[in-house]
Amino acid sequence: MTAIARDLAPARPRPGARQRLAAWVDRWGLAVYTVAAVAYLLMPIAVMIAFSFNEQVGKFNYQWHAFSLAAWLNPFGRPGMESAIITSLQIAFISTLVATALGTLIAVSLTRYQFPGRSATNLFIFLPMATPEIVMGASLLTLFVNTAQAPFDAIIPKGLLFPLGFNTILIAHIMFNISYVVVTVKARMAGFDRRLEEAAMDLGANEWTTFWRVTFPLIFPGILAAALLAFSLSIDDFVVTNFTSGLTNTFPIWVWGSIRNSLPVQINVVGTMIFGAAVLLVLGSTLLQRRGH
Amino acid sequence: MPEIDVRLVDVTKRFGPDVIAVDRINLEVRDGEFFSLLGPSGCGKTTTLRMIGGFEEPTSGLIELQGQDVTWLPPYRRNVNTVFQNYALFPHLSIYENVAFGLRRRRVPDREIRNRVTEMLQLVELPGYEKRRPSQLSGGQAQRVALARALINRPAVLLLDEPLGALDLKLRKQMQVELKRIQQEVGITFIYVTHDQEEAMTMSDRIAVMSAGHYEQLGTPEELYERPTTRFVAGFLGVSNMLRATRLGEDGAYALVEVVGGSRVRVPRDRFDGRVEVEVGVRPEKIRMLASDAEVPAQLNRLPGRVAHASYMGVSTQYIVQVADQADLTVYEQNVERTVEGSIHRQGEAVTLAWMPEHTFVIRDAGAATGAEPD
Ligand SMILES: Nc1ncnc2c1ncn2[C@@H]1O[C@H](COP(=O)(O)OP(=O)(O)OP(=O)(O)O)[C@@H](O)[C@H]1O
Ligand SMILES: [Mg+2]
Repeated sequence: MTAIARDLAPARPRPGARQRLAAWVDRWGLAVYTVAAVAYLLMPIAVMIAFSFNEQVGKFNYQWHAFSLAAWLNPFGRPGMESAIITSLQIAFISTLVATALGTLIAVSLTRYQFPGRSATNLFIFLPMATPEIVMGASLLTLFVNTAQAPFDAIIPKGLLFPLGFNTILIAHIMFNISYVVVTVKARMAGFDRRLEEAAMDLGANEWTTFWRVTFPLIFPGILAAALLAFSLSIDDFVVTNFTSGLTNTFPIWVWGSIRNSLPVQINVVGTMIFGAAVLLVLGSTLLQRRGH
Repeated sequence: MPEIDVRLVDVTKRFGPDVIAVDRINLEVRDGEFFSLLGPSGCGKTTTLRMIGGFEEPTSGLIELQGQDVTWLPPYRRNVNTVFQNYALFPHLSIYENVAFGLRRRRVPDREIRNRVTEMLQLVELPGYEKRRPSQLSGGQAQRVALARALINRPAVLLLDEPLGALDLKLRKQMQVELKRIQQEVGITFIYVTHDQEEAMTMSDRIAVMSAGHYEQLGTPEELYERPTTRFVAGFLGVSNMLRATRLGEDGAYALVEVVGGSRVRVPRDRFDGRVEVEVGVRPEKIRMLASDAEVPAQLNRLPGRVAHASYMGVSTQYIVQVADQADLTVYEQNVERTVEGSIHRQGEAVTLAWMPEHTFVIRDAGAATGAEPD
């Protein structure tokens, strides 16, 4: 359409309004679209950051009143908030560590070895990602509750999985994180040249040394990306956590609980902090990878 | 009797039920030798080498290194090192650390590592490259680093899988000379895989010519070229003229055979194995082309023929000569006596082909006398 318009243009004495519009779209369309899309993505974050500097008037932080640093000076000053944040961080940390270690090993063996059940495993690994979170949460709840009943109560120590709490949240997070880690690390393994490992063994390195000296450094960027992903999935998970948390609060659960009667500015402050930390981590890992190559 | 460094006894490698990559190979590679495995793509060269290196376990058979059975040992417990086809340099390590890798695994002191790496990089003519990364090297330099990384461990045997395959022709020739020099300097046994017959011929002390999982013939380059014993070897190493032949009898140290058109030629008797129907061959450059009425010394084999085609190739002229309206023989003649105007022999001219009986070889593979069309 625009190409035809341009071809015809010299034949006419002056380009009409439509032609000029078409030319303008041709030239600026992509830029405008890009800016609009990025603005769309960043808008909620901008609002969150802006409202973290709001003055607390009443219970809900929905309206702009005045600039204030009060919330930033006292970021955890709400009952139950600090312990919820600490729980969230603990669970995110431990589940990331465990899921990254297990997931990496699974990814390595899935790409490396042929064994019976390999393709089935490949499929099962995807399932937690494909299952709706709410289904997974519900079924985990059923599972945990049942451990307190016969015949399982005879084998499973009391208090380990029931009543629900820290342990059950952690187990649930490790479970869904493993899937994401496996998929991320596998993508990195796909481009891995096996002959590098053969070369290491040829030069006298056993399997253990070969893994730590050659395989690990080369797939490290993938492992790091997987760990970051796992951490961020865990720290803001709500649905599965809500089913498996019992009386324990993580930060998202605490926010949800408090929102019914108040929305303090501190939520925006902590949200901004988490966002800032995430940006720093991503920047850091990008820099690290650049230096490696 | 030189010591045997590598011995393969009845080594077989199957991949699945259908693929036999290596089929009951027996080999003995001598100490300090430059030994080549030569053959077309898919004949099992790489698989053989990988079994010696320990990256592949044989389905059956035995592999010995310096008298020790290593068939089931992992690569890191064998005193061999490998130069991989794509070099397989560690991309995350500097050239220094790449070359030092093997010594570090053996916990050699830092100071000694430094000396030996420097010395190695000098040997492969890359001093001062310690700090670079593999991605900052040219193909030829990467190849030399791979060589240094393997040789620094002073292995009993060095395995090389088409190490020059990725280089352009000029660099290849240069590296061939270089590799040979280095091999002679360090005195380590080299087992060299290539599908380039010229490369194998110029560098090797001995060659095993492989085809479909086994080797057809093993010998020095000269033996293989002058006296190939199978059709495959005769065709793979240079050009051969092959003629179906029937053994008639003896003539002193020679056997007398009848070839196309009823002509008789003589062949050294010890090249026969008792069969009557065989195939004999002669290389194109061994044949002299004479006018049909020329005097031919009595001890030479001769065949009458007619020039079917002549093509000028600069240093020599290639003639296709038809013998008894059946077989086409190729003859190379050096352009020493060629006139400025054109060929000495013209198309359609009747000629006599003559060569020494010693230059006639006998093909021994089964069924040779049946499927034989002259090359
Ligand atoms: N891992 C494997 N699985 C199945 N078949 C294989 C495997 N490796 C090799 N083969 C088969 O074994 C045969 C010999 O392969 P090999 O790699 O040894 O050949 P090659 O002589 O080195 O050939 P090239 O000159 O092309 O490198 C081939 O038919 C190949 O398809
Ligand atoms: Mg090969």
